[in-house]
Amino acid sequence: MARIGVFICHCGENISATVDCSKVAQVAATFPGVVHSVDYKYMCSDPGQTLVGNAIKEHNLTGVVVSACSPRMHEPTFRRACAEAGLNPYQCEMANLREHCSWVHERNEKTDDKAIDLVRMLVEKVKRNNSLQPIKVPVTKTALVIGGGVAGIQAALDIANAGHKVIMVEREPSIGGHMSQLSETFPTLDCSQCILTPRMVEVAQNPNIKLYTYAEIESVEGFVGNFTVKIRKKAKSIDESKCNGCGLCTTKCPNKKNPNEFELGMAKRPAIYVPFPQAVPNIPVIDKTQCTYYKTGKCKICEKVCQANAIQFDQQDEIIEVPVGAIAICTGFDIKKADFFPEYGYGKHKDIIDGLQFERLASASGPTAGEIRRPSDGQIPKKIVFVACAGSRDPAKGIEYCSKICCMYTAKHAILYKHKVHDGTAYIFYMDIRAAGKNYDEFTRRAIEEDDAKYIRGRVSKIYERDGKLIVVGADTLMGAQTVEIEADMVVLATAGVANQGAEKLAQILHVSYDQHKFFSEAHPKLKPVETNTAGIYLAGACQSPKDIPESVAAASGVAGKISCLFSNSELTREPLIAVVDRTAPPQYSSCTGCFMCQSVCPYNAIEREEINDRNGNLVKQLAFINPGLCQGCGTCVAVCKSKSIDIEGYTNLQMYSEVDALLNF
Amino acid sequence: MKLGFYPGCSLEGASREYNESVMAIAEEMGIELVSIPDWNCCGATAAHNLDKELSLSLPARNLALAEEAGLTVLVVPCAACYSRFCATQHELMHDENLHKKINGIIEKEYKGNLRILNVIQFIDEFIIDKLDDKMKFEFNKKVACYYGCLLVRPNKVLDFDRTEDPQTMDVVMKKLGADSIDWAYKTECCGAGFSVSFTETVGRLSGQIVEDAEHRGAEAMIVACPMCHSNLDMRRPEINKYNKKKSDMPVIYITQAIGLALGIDRNKLGLQRHFVPVKLKDFKPYTKKTEVENPQKMEVE
Repeated sequence: MARIGVFICHCGENISATVDCSKVAQVAATFPGVVHSVDYKYMCSDPGQTLVGNAIKEHNLTGVVVSACSPRMHEPTFRRACAEAGLNPYQCEMANLREHCSWVHERNEKTDDKAIDLVRMLVEKVKRNNSLQPIKVPVTKTALVIGGGVAGIQAALDIANAGHKVIMVEREPSIGGHMSQLSETFPTLDCSQCILTPRMVEVAQNPNIKLYTYAEIESVEGFVGNFTVKIRKKAKSIDESKCNGCGLCTTKCPNKKNPNEFELGMAKRPAIYVPFPQAVPNIPVIDKTQCTYYKTGKCKICEKVCQANAIQFDQQDEIIEVPVGAIAICTGFDIKKADFFPEYGYGKHKDIIDGLQFERLASASGPTAGEIRRPSDGQIPKKIVFVACAGSRDPAKGIEYCSKICCMYTAKHAILYKHKVHDGTAYIFYMDIRAAGKNYDEFTRRAIEEDDAKYIRGRVSKIYERDGKLIVVGADTLMGAQTVEIEADMVVLATAGVANQGAEKLAQILHVSYDQHKFFSEAHPKLKPVETNTAGIYLAGACQSPKDIPESVAAASGVAGKISCLFSNSELTREPLIAVVDRTAPPQYSSCTGCFMCQSVCPYNAIEREEINDRNGNLVKQLAFINPGLCQGCGTCVAVCKSKSIDIEGYTNLQMYSEVDALLNF
Repeated sequence: MKLGFYPGCSLEGASREYNESVMAIAEEMGIELVSIPDWNCCGATAAHNLDKELSLSLPARNLALAEEAGLTVLVVPCAACYSRFCATQHELMHDENLHKKINGIIEKEYKGNLRILNVIQFIDEFIIDKLDDKMKFEFNKKVACYYGCLLVRPNKVLDFDRTEDPQTMDVVMKKLGADSIDWAYKTECCGAGFSVSFTETVGRLSGQIVEDAEHRGAEAMIVACPMCHSNLDMRRPEINKYNKKKSDMPVIYITQAIGLALGIDRNKLGLQRHFVPVKLKDFKPYTKKTEVENPQKMEVE
């Protein structure tokens, strides 16, 4: 026989100013099954919790309804208090008298009635609660870091330095990501490669990190602490164990006219190549789409010159399978190219470039060895126009968000330009200067005041070429929206930062959610910024939204902290509020009919097929089985189950109907 | 072949030569253009500045009449009429209540089954493939194709060519053997309705267009809109005043250019009606290419 205790909290005046708490307590005392009902000023305080604990012991309660604030606020508090008093914590429920009642209504009798109804519902529910036990799962203490940009490097090094194993997978032949392409970094103007490449080398040398470059994630199965990941190691056509990185093959390759991806098409590279001199690992790959041997069956010069016999033309992609306990997604971002902009000529003008191309032009290791020379004819541009917000904050372009990094890097570009072309003039068209960050506003002021960048507040409607000049037509909104025309030698578009190519596919492989712009979604925008909705999978860097280097690094260290915490346990404890398929005695075994509708709708791939065999091994029945490690308790399977065979623990059909009954049949 | 045809006011008045050239090339290609019986004004800019229902009802009546006449394709050479017809079709097809209301006003039921074509779409669909057999001359001139505003905008309603830097007219002109230049003022405003009220503004706006085309070596401008033609041709004195130099670059309709390539008599194409004389001559005789080539299709995004 149920013995329920009801505890009405005043929440200071938050509830009691609107709801007559003592009246609610008195009425609740009359509900069938309620043996104890009191109200108190602060139920969550230490004396409040003691009051609950004492009542459990004194009245031998089998269930508790705390009628206070939202369960998101204090359910763990009261469940802990109940557990300490010897009651199974899942026999404690909360009626939300604050957010659902007192905060949204006036003080009157109807409000009291609603509060009473809310308590009545939870009393009926808690009578049907099962005593549940937390789920324990083991942990594989190896982390998978996807992406070898600055975020991935930081996460991998932090996790490795905490003493855990790390597997890093990078799609490109080298780690380093976009940061390795940058010239200098704001707001300090320190050289990007100088600060990054030592970290890249650290990754390669750390005994706890296993690095796979030129590799992609093929599939991910399993659940937090127990993932199984298949990695496709794309064939480099090089035996990595033999190659000593001498580089002879790349210098002798006769096929040198291929667009260089690292230089964003502004330079050429051989068919066998290392993306850039400081690449980690310093091992070349053969671009099979360009290599003369793969195209015509003749050449093999690289094989002839290789002293180490490392060239392997017949190398195949290799798929390896690794167990990992946690996954960090650090896949970074991409930017829109100039051809995205009809009003700027659909990319047909060579001297309209994007911000990343300008980074390469300004970089000492870039195609012009750090001299600012325009791509069309190699001239030094004397008038240069930077267009901020190219695509960003523009609903017409489908990109409503601010790309965040452009204001700062455009100011940096203007400074770098002025440092390299003293007699040149830099114009910047901008919407707002968003320079929030440590020393950021000072930096943009420096561009304006010391380096004479001409900031024009307005947008550029059109750019066209005439007599070798680019005519930039824009508005100056601070001068009464008058039209401004600038005859520029070169234009740099600070194009919108967008999700990286393949982000959507990766999200589907990992079963994590992503937003309409294909950026990965965090579990909570404020309180869980580096977690995904899938337990054990974390996010860092610009794969989540455009981010600058400090932010990416901070998030990556955050992820490393989270993963290290996860790995500090030998077993994981999870809330048992998951879906279960009912089971009964043979010959029925379960009311599940084996339709597996649930399997097709489960967003977490948590539903498996369970086969029931007789003692001779013959198949008797197929049932849905819900993997407790994967199930997140979303309840989608419950909704689609035609035979009503699935229940969410803690929210069973019986419990839900009892709540509704308590309202309707009163 | 019979196609529906809506001349509108311009083609019967200031732009008779446009009408004449459309009819001339249609005849040459064996296409009969049938005017909508009892057609009325499309509403132009005046109606949609004053009254939304009026601006939809005027074109809707024409569309309904065309449907009643059993037409399925409607050729609308005037860019302004084309724009109003397409906008009306778009609005009515996307708003059931509005559709009912407008049907009530015009006391007819427009079902929305008409395909509305501008002159370039008409050429692309019914003429360009036959040019090889019929062309007598190559239009071997450097030309600037000028699209203006209404032919390609708003893109959501028209779904025709790309809004910035459109290409469809250039494709037609290249087919005729012309060298169509890449230039900056393809879709800039010509001054439009200010043709009558603010001629100085037209002089400035059209002046910039003419100047850029001429600067890049164009021998003629090719247009597909009566309003553009009026401004660029009839307002040439104001244009010359703004540019402080005399320009005698002719402005011709794309249908006239096709007519010239087909060897149709200049007067039948109405070329004698222009204010800026069309002196273009020395067209190279056209010899059909022997190898079978895929007809160049329009590149539309």
